[in-house]
Amino acid sequence: MEDTPISRRLKSVKNIIIVLSGKGGVGKSSVTTQLALSLYASSPAARVGILDVDLTGPSIPRMLGVDGHGVHQSTDGWVPVYADGSQARLACMSVGFLLKNKGDSVVWRGPKKNGMIRQFLSDVRWGELDYLVIDTPPGTSDEHLSLMEHLAPIHSRLSSVIVTTPQAVALVDVMKCVSFTRTVNLPVLGVIENMSGYVCPCCGEISNVFSTGGGESIAKRENMPFLGSLPIDTELVTLLDASDQEEKTIPVTNADALPSFKLMESYKRTASSKIFEGMAGMIIEKL
Amino acid sequence: MIAVQAAAAIPTVPSNAPEHCPGTESEQAGKSNACDGCANQEVCASGATKNQGPDPALPFIRARMSTVKRKILVLSGKGGVGKSTFTAQLAWAFAADEDTQTGIMDIDICGPSIPTILGIASETVHSSSSGWSPVYVQDNLGVMSVGFMLPSSKDAVMWRGPKKNGLIAQFLKDVDWGDLDYLVVDTPPGTSDEHLSVVQYLKESGIDGAVLVTTPQEVALQDVRREIDFCRKVGVPMLGIVENMAGFVCPKCNGESQIFKPSTGGAKKLAEDTGLELLGSVPLDPRIGKSADFGVSFIDEYPDSPATTAYLDIIDRIKVILGDV
Repeated sequence: MEDTPISRRLKSVKNIIIVLSGKGGVGKSSVTTQLALSLYASSPAARVGILDVDLTGPSIPRMLGVDGHGVHQSTDGWVPVYADGSQARLACMSVGFLLKNKGDSVVWRGPKKNGMIRQFLSDVRWGELDYLVIDTPPGTSDEHLSLMEHLAPIHSRLSSVIVTTPQAVALVDVMKCVSFTRTVNLPVLGVIENMSGYVCPCCGEISNVFSTGGGESIAKRENMPFLGSLPIDTELVTLLDASDQEEKTIPVTNADALPSFKLMESYKRTASSKIFEGMAGMIIEKL
Repeated sequence: MIAVQAAAAIPTVPSNAPEHCPGTESEQAGKSNACDGCANQEVCASGATKNQGPDPALPFIRARMSTVKRKILVLSGKGGVGKSTFTAQLAWAFAADEDTQTGIMDIDICGPSIPTILGIASETVHSSSSGWSPVYVQDNLGVMSVGFMLPSSKDAVMWRGPKKNGLIAQFLKDVDWGDLDYLVVDTPPGTSDEHLSVVQYLKESGIDGAVLVTTPQEVALQDVRREIDFCRKVGVPMLGIVENMAGFVCPKCNGESQIFKPSTGGAKKLAEDTGLELLGSVPLDPRIGKSADFGVSFIDEYPDSPATTAYLDIIDRIKVILGDV
């Protein structure tokens, strides 16, 4: 194994799962978050990390409800933000933590993005991790190539999950993403179809807002495992969209209890979490 | 610690560069792994290619763009909010007047959706003595996208920034756009190479304005705030904000519900906070996505949908802001 600062740093990480999708807005970040939460819940000792390499549009901090947190430097590198507080089993790193103001834009060309990704991979003090889930921006460009290049020395521990929505427009981009994984020789654990159907809250009618079945058919055609479909879950959308606010408005009933992991508790109540539990199970089995 | 990269230098890439060329003006020029074996390696490593003055493509772009009256960018920090769908509808609406010459330039290099949405995914680009000719959807609507140049739609375009920039420059200088009343530019999500390049290349010719597309959730608004910050930094005027996927009307019971809840006030609040105009909100109609998949114009297919009314009002408003009515 080639010895680089990155391979040394990630020596203590058992599995690295890259969440990919050619298309934007299909739910990569929400799937990343759900995957991390499900892996976290899979065992009381599981340690999970999330790395957000969507540098110009980081959504992970918001979804985990750790918007506005800062990253600290230690002698052993950057200390990630822990979404579960003092339990410190869910670590998270995103460019969002480095911005002074959350409305600031990160206007970077490729080489600077490459440098940031290298730093994220080599300088973050993850500690022992069972899973590191990496959220990516849409497309197949600088960020993706940089990731693959930097992670090449530990290629054997890499795998990926492809997220899509059912429409034809998204599937075209997903095909490009599949071609990418083949070109760079990245194993695909499976395809997840997101936003598959919406249940009307008034009459219970299921509408296929973005059509349906596209993810399964592409998985079959390209000979990839299909992990399942996730319907649109407004409860989940709201939870991931406003999790930090919710935390502020709910009064702490038991003042001397440890700050509990509210997001996890609320997530367990959503319908999506049950479906995702099965998917996470399949993923763990494959690993 | 986050600094904005100086928006002055556009990395250029020679045509014979290897796939991962870092750009002749980059610090890695001639030194990166990709440079091994490249004919230009020595020149690049010597530093002679850095800071070599303005991009040689600029005068050609200026000449080509001199016959284009209005240049509109469709932007959004977030992916999948409906940039391409909106771009297509806007262009279709402009082209509804047969005397209005309209062009669409798709600079989403890694994920071009415009060919599918316009129903011309299998077309290819032809070159003539006056340059590449755009693919025509109808007599007065020409389209250029990287999607027309790939051997198969399955092929991934795995390019780093400098190569993407090179193609954008070519789209602006080598495409035979002819006389255009409107050129609508569809962009990828984010604020990176493609955005910087198109803004820099069009600086001299002038961009008439940018339309920012968003959905109601905070996760999307966050990214759009960054895009607004980007527009302000690089001096692109903003026409306003379009809110997509606002509210869903059940086709069975006609009850309206919010799929993507505006937990922080939606686009309305964003417009108030940033002093921009909210051009309108388009409800989520599953037929919009279907129309895009089949490559037909939603507003022509379903003229009685509330979403069509919303689209048309927004497009009228854009014309008014541009002073074209």
